Amino acid sequence: MRRVGNAVAVIVAVLTIFPIYWMVLSAFKPTGEIQSANPRPWTLAPTLDHFRDALGVSGFGRYFVNSAIVALSVVLLAAVISFLAAVALTRFKFRGRTTMLVLFLIAQMVPVEALSVPLFFQIRDLGRTVPGVGLNTLGSLILVQLAFSLPFAIWMLRGFVAAVPVDIEEAALIDGASRFTILWRILFPLIAPGLAATGVFSFITAWNDFLFAKTFIISATENQTLPAALLVFFKPDENDWGGIMAASTLMTIPVLVFFIFVRRRLVSGLGGAVKD
Amino acid sequence: MPLWLLLPALAVLIPLFAYPLYQLGLLSLFEYGQPQVSGGEPAVFLGTRNYGTLFSDENFWTVLLQTVVFAFACVVATLAVGAFLAVLLTKIGRVPRFMLLLAALCAWAAPAMTGSVVWMFLFDTNLGLVNEVLGTDGYNWLYDKHVGFALVGAAVVWHSFPFVMITLYAGITAIPQSVLEAASLDGATAFTTFRRIIVPMLRPLIAIVVIQSVIWDFKVFTQIYVMTNGGGIAGQNLVLNVYAYQKAFASSQYGLGSAIGVVMTVILLGITLLYLRALRRTGEAL
Repeated sequence: MRRVGNAVAVIVAVLTIFPIYWMVLSAFKPTGEIQSANPRPWTLAPTLDHFRDALGVSGFGRYFVNSAIVALSVVLLAAVISFLAAVALTRFKFRGRTTMLVLFLIAQMVPVEALSVPLFFQIRDLGRTVPGVGLNTLGSLILVQLAFSLPFAIWMLRGFVAAVPVDIEEAALIDGASRFTILWRILFPLIAPGLAATGVFSFITAWNDFLFAKTFIISATENQTLPAALLVFFKPDENDWGGIMAASTLMTIPVLVFFIFVRRRLVSGLGGAVKD
Repeated sequence: MPLWLLLPALAVLIPLFAYPLYQLGLLSLFEYGQPQVSGGEPAVFLGTRNYGTLFSDENFWTVLLQTVVFAFACVVATLAVGAFLAVLLTKIGRVPRFMLLLAALCAWAAPAMTGSVVWMFLFDTNLGLVNEVLGTDGYNWLYDKHVGFALVGAAVVWHSFPFVMITLYAGITAIPQSVLEAASLDGATAFTTFRRIIVPMLRPLIAIVVIQSVIWDFKVFTQIYVMTNGGGIAGQNLVLNVYAYQKAFASSQYGLGSAIGVVMTVILLGITLLYLRALRRTGEAL
């Protein structure tokens, strides 16, 4: 029984990783091998040509930095803002608290893609008064991605803040710690697993966003982010698959590293939601 | 005290979430097209006529139906695969478990965009590995509507089952060993333990993964847009999200696009409310 289970797990693992493997492999394959009629699951002549093309000719380095700026800004801002809100919603009882919680839950169900139309006009108008967050700027992407990541982050962090015993804060208060110290030196580090888990979600949504990047960044191609820039590689007839796979590999690596980095905290973070 | 803590969140969410939502509803009542956007002409108030146009359009009903079926199939497949593998993870050796977790993590981490293009490459008509292996060289996987949806659906499930699997696995391992021991001392079978102890204890987590899956799969955008090149041949693979986008930004019918957005929002909120009621019935505290 266990042996069958092991076999199934290994087969599923191989099938699951295969597209990623194929992507990385094709990124290193010479163009001739990619276009060959008998594709082999290995290559004997790995080449960096596709990466050179992607980074040099197509300027993917620039798009990479853009994506990183947007995603990291969203993660950092979302962590701080959602932490404060989560504290307010768990540590204090006030009128409208439950209503607010329900609203945050409902906000997660809103198909944010539908908001692309009104946000397009709003960002356009905003850019006329506040340069730096209008159309064609990275600021606009940071703003909307931050807004989209907050409801989930707040909802998720709430559980982590609630799990920290109030006694710790009371003890610190008696020891003369200020509210500020309690918040940032005691509570904030204690919910690190929660921050890691929500951070992953914020990072991924921001890093993967294709629709808003495509909608907001119209003429300033130097401010394009990776997903939308990848479409540049698509030619109707002759797809440069080597280049596309190299660019895709570059786009996947940071998320993968980030994931593996926070994996343990992610798993314990998600497990933290189990009922006691 | 609580107000200043909430202030930053509200300062972001009110202008960038609540207000656009209101604007979406408002736009859906107007004729808002190219003359309004670039010509500065005033928007024409239509009342509910955008919705009338939509509901009398046969195309809209087709898109709506295929969105629902596509989302439902993806949710069921994702949950079935994810839950099965989560349970499997608890019953296998360390090495296979590590392999499966690592592979799933990679699929999860891959951006929707790269996932889409890799799947497209694998299923490419002329250069794709799948056609080569199956000996179906020259077969276009996106030519038939249903095959196209199945392919995109497979890519979506590949992407989303890891979240379900890892979350449920984390939940199962977080159940205190003592509880399981007590159950086995009381003579519970593996099945009874699963049904009476593991599933009830995981209910909050199951709730999270179900609702997340519904939300994600109902509004798949990137995979459809990229893999079927904007909605497939003659729009045969359109789902509501892509349909709304195309109506608004490709044919400059921003009012009509907004109306589709409103329909989509209402459907998702409806599902949420049903779900909240179901949660309350099982005695779940908010």
